[in-house]
Amino acid sequence: MRVLADLINALDSTNKTSSKIKAIETFLSESTELDKYWFLRLFTGKRPKRSVKTNLLRQWATQISQVPEWLFQESYLAVGDLAETISLIIPPSKDTIEKSLDQWMQEIMALPAMTEEDIKSYITTSWNQLGQTERFVFNKLLGSSFRIGVSSKTLINAFAKYYHTDSNLVSHSLMSDWDHENLSFEDYIKGEHINANLSSPFPFSLANSLDQELEDLGSSEDWQVEYKWDGIRGQIIHREGETFIWSRGEEMVNEQFPELLIALENINKDFVIDGEIVPYDHEGVMKFNQLQRRLNRKNISKKMMAEIPIRFIAFDILEFDRQDLREFPLKERRKMLEELILEIGSENFMLSQIIEFKEWSELGEIRISSGNINAEGLMLKGTQSSYPVGRKKGFWWKWKVDPMTIDAVLIYAQRGSGRRSGHYTDYTFAVKDGDKLVTIAKAYSGLTNSEIAEVSKFVRANSLEKFGPVRTVKPELVFEIAFEGISFSNRHKSGVALRFPRILRWRKDKLPNEIDDIEEIKKMITG
Amino acid sequence: MLEFRREGIYCVPGQFYIDPWLPVDYAIITHAHSDHARIGMKKYLCHKFTEPILRLRLGADIKVQTVNYNEELSINAVKVSLHPAGHIIGSAQVRIEYKGKVTVVSGDFKIQDDGLSTPFEPIKCHDFITESTFGLPIYNWLEVNQINQNLVEWVLNNKEKGINSIIIGYALGKAQRIMNAVKDISVPYVHYAISKINNSFLEIGIQLPAYQTIDFQNKPKDMQGEVIIVPPSLFGSTMLKGIPRSFTAICSGWMQVRGARRWRSADAGFAISDHADWTGLLKAVKESNAERVYVTHGFKSELSRYLNEIGIESHEITTQFGVEEEIDEVINEEKS
Repeated sequence: MRVLADLINALDSTNKTSSKIKAIETFLSESTELDKYWFLRLFTGKRPKRSVKTNLLRQWATQISQVPEWLFQESYLAVGDLAETISLIIPPSKDTIEKSLDQWMQEIMALPAMTEEDIKSYITTSWNQLGQTERFVFNKLLGSSFRIGVSSKTLINAFAKYYHTDSNLVSHSLMSDWDHENLSFEDYIKGEHINANLSSPFPFSLANSLDQELEDLGSSEDWQVEYKWDGIRGQIIHREGETFIWSRGEEMVNEQFPELLIALENINKDFVIDGEIVPYDHEGVMKFNQLQRRLNRKNISKKMMAEIPIRFIAFDILEFDRQDLREFPLKERRKMLEELILEIGSENFMLSQIIEFKEWSELGEIRISSGNINAEGLMLKGTQSSYPVGRKKGFWWKWKVDPMTIDAVLIYAQRGSGRRSGHYTDYTFAVKDGDKLVTIAKAYSGLTNSEIAEVSKFVRANSLEKFGPVRTVKPELVFEIAFEGISFSNRHKSGVALRFPRILRWRKDKLPNEIDDIEEIKKMITG
Repeated sequence: MLEFRREGIYCVPGQFYIDPWLPVDYAIITHAHSDHARIGMKKYLCHKFTEPILRLRLGADIKVQTVNYNEELSINAVKVSLHPAGHIIGSAQVRIEYKGKVTVVSGDFKIQDDGLSTPFEPIKCHDFITESTFGLPIYNWLEVNQINQNLVEWVLNNKEKGINSIIIGYALGKAQRIMNAVKDISVPYVHYAISKINNSFLEIGIQLPAYQTIDFQNKPKDMQGEVIIVPPSLFGSTMLKGIPRSFTAICSGWMQVRGARRWRSADAGFAISDHADWTGLLKAVKESNAERVYVTHGFKSELSRYLNEIGIESHEITTQFGVEEEIDEVINEEKS
């Protein structure tokens, strides 16, 4: 574990990807094959289930450190991470023991079969035998999420570089467990147990933002227009009965979308298609934040699949019957795609709708109203164009909806977690309601780190009240809030609901009495 | 005896303020950090080591009276003396006694001996006013030797690869501590804002480790494996980006927490603090034997509630301390 703790320290001690990769290489040269395997599994989302309930860990840590429960909670709010809070709050250990990562993992995986009393004694003994960083790592091994500032993509690249092999192949290799009695780790990483050709993806084509008048694009007949959906871009490869779903970050995301794998189980065609994975219920495409609820989970429960059904909206085909189609004109690819989707015949796979129009001038309206069906705007693609590599100009244009904005004042702030712990990052905003204020939206993102630090300073100095982690602050800071849509709502005190509210910028030039009034805002609601 | 007024902490019979934030006639200053030593007082009283910094920061023409630690003065029949607070060189706790009643205003303090400041001395009193910057049980510092060694190892590691180590710390206090920590392995470069403070200390005979001032306009060519100490305002500046092949470390108690280290996007963080940690705060409170504890800037509601629960009467008070050292002045100095 010392080697792993050193690695975590080294990764935390640099902000440069090259240095992080170097640190991982050092780890690879110093650790055993089993430890390497565990490391790779742990940080590419393939880890065992949480073995001890967090509230038990919290309870035992509170007992050992002899702090009152509320003070533990305050400490947790300041740290933003339970594993770390425990590692800091328990008095420093006197002895240290050294076990390999594999040994720790074997012990941890054996915990669920033990009695609570035995688990408690194992955990508290371990805490008392580990230094602060090791204790933190140990707690993380017990839990289910551990971020080390290295994406699984970077990690896989580092392994690929170390073993002189291709990173997509490493991703593919990782899909099956390592049979360490019959295969060396190197052979496992290099994919001796798989048919590597099957999984390799094509580079994604990316769109540019429309930067000219529609009329300048030429005849509207030469363009195919579709909705731009807000989901997860995905390339689905189906070859020789095996399916691989790649995200745009070239991460293999098979586990996250079991529905798609099942739908393709009995399809005997080989193909590669491009599209958007969206949450989709009986009313159509749902908001992206619904999809977020099921992203980056190791296991997608039946309940989750029922609550947030997903669909793949296919918009292009890159390969069919092992033939590369990317140089074919879009028009022809589209025909083949339509046939294929028909053949798949699953409601999880649908075609991206082609928007019918004659004159360019008709598109403006369609784009504006695209927000009503949770689209982000329109996509324009040349019907004669090939499937471009990367962000090549002139082939694919995105024409997004301009956000609506209001000016609102900050009234509540809450601390963030993880790397944002200790800073107030979650804000609630209000607008005028006559001579009072009324809450209008919560927003998290859109400020720079230094702005967040500045707001945090203000919050600390201007707190009026405290409810648990939430501070009520003097209504003084004005922000411009952007959002994608607005509708009447009975559930909100203000009577309106904003879609995707976010902070556009901090209006330091505005005073709180210059913010918008709710009655004016209601006039923005159309239809 | 004390009143917490709009201008600051006021001693009623003594008719003076301690670290006031608005202009008053008579101010006793615990130390020269900008949230404690402000401009516009008719007369200042401070420890003799604080005077040159006060003049440097607030103007050479201010009226300052200085004292030694433990030297007793009488101000309007109130006995006043300053005692080591261990926060930075010259920092003091203010002890005031009137009609047999003793109050100690501790300013900022730390229990650890940093090797430069006169170490903290506990003072018995009836009322104790404490800071609470790191008033949560997650803040417990490593021994000074240990944390210094961690910093030294980081520097040596960089040195081996020819990489420069940029270390961020406040110009007053932290910078001198960092110079002291690396003195055996480097003659560090320091930013002009730091060397001005160093000079003020040297002029009154305080010993400091060797250093050199870096001129960012004409910086030495081929810097390799050097240590460069700069104030926080320069973090992320183009000036620092001009230093080739470098890693940056922040030295601050906040670096105890991993999220804070990663948030600042520095390469490394070392929890080197000039404030008392949780254990230190409790130790100072207990050793003061105070009947009543007033808690100011930091995690004041948390520390205060905890003290009440363990049977020490405690109240929160609101002050304007604890705002991080002003950084604008450094930038302005640079421009002029």
